[in-house]
Amino acid sequence: MILHPGIIALLFAALLVAGMVLYGAYIGAIALARWDLGSSSEGQLALERKTYLLSTLMSHALGLEILSALVFLYTLDDIHAIFAGAMCATGTLNANPVGWWVLVVKIVALFFCAVWITLNRIDQRAEDYPLTRLKYGLLLLLAPLLALETWLLFRYFLGLDPSVITSCCGALFSGSGVAAEVAGLPAFPLMIAFFGGAALYLATGVLSLRLAQPWPRYLLAALAVAMLGIALASVIAFISSYHYALPTHHCPFDLLQADYHYIGYPMYLALFGAIFYGLMVGIAESLRRIASINGPITAAQPRWTLLSMLLLGLFVIIAAWPMVFSDFTLEGYY
Amino acid sequence: MDAQPFARHLKILEFALSSMLRRRVKNAGLIVVFSAVVFLLSSIVFLTGAFRTEALATLQASPQLLVQRTMAGRHALIPLDYSEVIAQLPGVGTVTPRYWGYYYDIYTGANYTLLGITDDGLEAPGSAPLRLVEGAFIAPGQRNVCLIGAGVARMRGARVGSIVSLRNTRGWMSEYEVVGLFKSASQLLTNDLILLPEADLKALFAMPDDQATDLMIEVYNPLEVDNISRKILERLPDTRPISHAEILRTYETLFNWRGGLLLAMFLGAVAAFMILAWDKATGLSADERREIGILKAIGWETSDILELKFWEGAVLALVAFLAGVTAGYAHVFYLGAGLLAPILQGWSTLFPAIDLAPRIEPYGLAVLLLFTVAPYIVATIVPAWKAAITDPDRVMRSA
Repeated sequence: MILHPGIIALLFAALLVAGMVLYGAYIGAIALARWDLGSSSEGQLALERKTYLLSTLMSHALGLEILSALVFLYTLDDIHAIFAGAMCATGTLNANPVGWWVLVVKIVALFFCAVWITLNRIDQRAEDYPLTRLKYGLLLLLAPLLALETWLLFRYFLGLDPSVITSCCGALFSGSGVAAEVAGLPAFPLMIAFFGGAALYLATGVLSLRLAQPWPRYLLAALAVAMLGIALASVIAFISSYHYALPTHHCPFDLLQADYHYIGYPMYLALFGAIFYGLMVGIAESLRRIASINGPITAAQPRWTLLSMLLLGLFVIIAAWPMVFSDFTLEGYY
Repeated sequence: MDAQPFARHLKILEFALSSMLRRRVKNAGLIVVFSAVVFLLSSIVFLTGAFRTEALATLQASPQLLVQRTMAGRHALIPLDYSEVIAQLPGVGTVTPRYWGYYYDIYTGANYTLLGITDDGLEAPGSAPLRLVEGAFIAPGQRNVCLIGAGVARMRGARVGSIVSLRNTRGWMSEYEVVGLFKSASQLLTNDLILLPEADLKALFAMPDDQATDLMIEVYNPLEVDNISRKILERLPDTRPISHAEILRTYETLFNWRGGLLLAMFLGAVAAFMILAWDKATGLSADERREIGILKAIGWETSDILELKFWEGAVLALVAFLAGVTAGYAHVFYLGAGLLAPILQGWSTLFPAIDLAPRIEPYGLAVLLLFTVAPYIVATIVPAWKAAITDPDRVMRSA
């Protein structure tokens, strides 16, 4: 255990978030069992009032999750100096491999919370609460996920031992194993996939704005998932190398350091934002058949599509900036 | 279409502000307590951060590898022959003996650090961050002179030209003329420092001629430091190599630990504050209850009341947070952190007057937000909701 201010704040915030969401899930479970819109009993009225509490709880939980995700990343980077062999967040995560799981669960939970809140917003626009069962059902999945995240976070930070000799990103991304293989992906084909994928994504975005048929919007969501994978692989394989101007340097976390102007923060925020809104377009499309929320969804979809396209564009611009404007090139490594 | 909802949020914010102004006393009380909590926690975060930066800046210039000799588990003087053995290792540059020690001053009850400098003067590695403010350096070959740090000068009432006398091992007083006063980028480093010519220092401490306090090793390739320390240990088993990275790590851990421990202690204060916030938010006066009832009767929805409550909380938290952080900042960087410095900086009679470089990090602020605003908001969710679902009919009937 390392008594670092950031770590204590994170553990504290994780407990708050988990507490809020567990309480929310408790309300949700009761509602799920007793929800009956047709009834005008006092119990049903109380339940309908509790939905307000639930949406406040959840939106605050999401706000805290986002803030604590940023603090988590920065803390990982900040405490690397404690570990022999670590030079960035990679080393801190390797010092206790549970950390990688925390990172994965945190990202999934963030997406999950954001989707939940957006569904909740749509639901509140309608008079007959059409998504209630879906919402409360999802909440029963989300609560264990956040509890798991909190548990993993505690296991990770309590298990950190400064005397462990860890390895830096240089070792992880250039030795053998999955990470090294991603880093060693041939840059040129991946560049085609990345820029081609981004172009396809933007084109699909334009189509889904223009066409009334549902397929471009489903395609957009599918492409969003694919782009997340391609973009992360590209960051490791070549985008980071361009930012470091060093063909052998492949770390996705060094981008978060002051030496690189913290460029990783806007970059990853733009990427995750783009993917989220892209996903949301597809998810909402599948709910359009419900008459009472068709209106709000139809109004929101173009906004999400545009936001998603803008954010993805921003991500591509940040990623491609050093490729276009610096002297560094990976040409010899294609 | 887009401008309208935005204007609506602003109107609700405006209403929140005016209703908070009407209940000035209740809100002011909460803001004072909230700011006090933020003040305490932000002082800790700022001070730990500043100390860490200072210590790390200081250590940046320290040699890559130090070799000490240990005898019976204690630090002992190291024979100069050892430097020849070490210098022969491949990858090792120069090996420079260092002469230094501690001096307990019975008149002031303080410990001074005495450091000998060679005739090459201050160019020796390890002394780079020292900066003179007044006077001159010790010239090569000069004897019975010294350079002193600001703290020593203050305690001894010395300035350039005055005499500092130190008691040698036989109990006699040796006198040294002060030729210069130090001020360093880091006061932590030079505050209790007295620099003497090497020969004077050896005479004062009666050190044998063929021994030094420790050896500074220059290593050409920083990646080889660990290898070279292993080799030194193999050849000279009674030594203790200390690498630059190890020292940095130790300090990093130390300051994190001290700051974290203090924060953990004050989490109790945060919990107490949460209870207060909960209590204040729950205890709606009849007046407030009626106000909400009327608002709902004239067409406000539950979500509007919730937003009103959200804005009230946000404004209160923002005001208290800014006030607390500003006070914490002033406390640490302008008032020398009088409340906390003794706990955080260490134990010594001769404290450096801390003159920390003011700096504020977004990270520190984010950590503070998680510590203070987050619990406040969590504590007020349920009471705010309870207020928002107030039944207008029932409230107005009871009034």
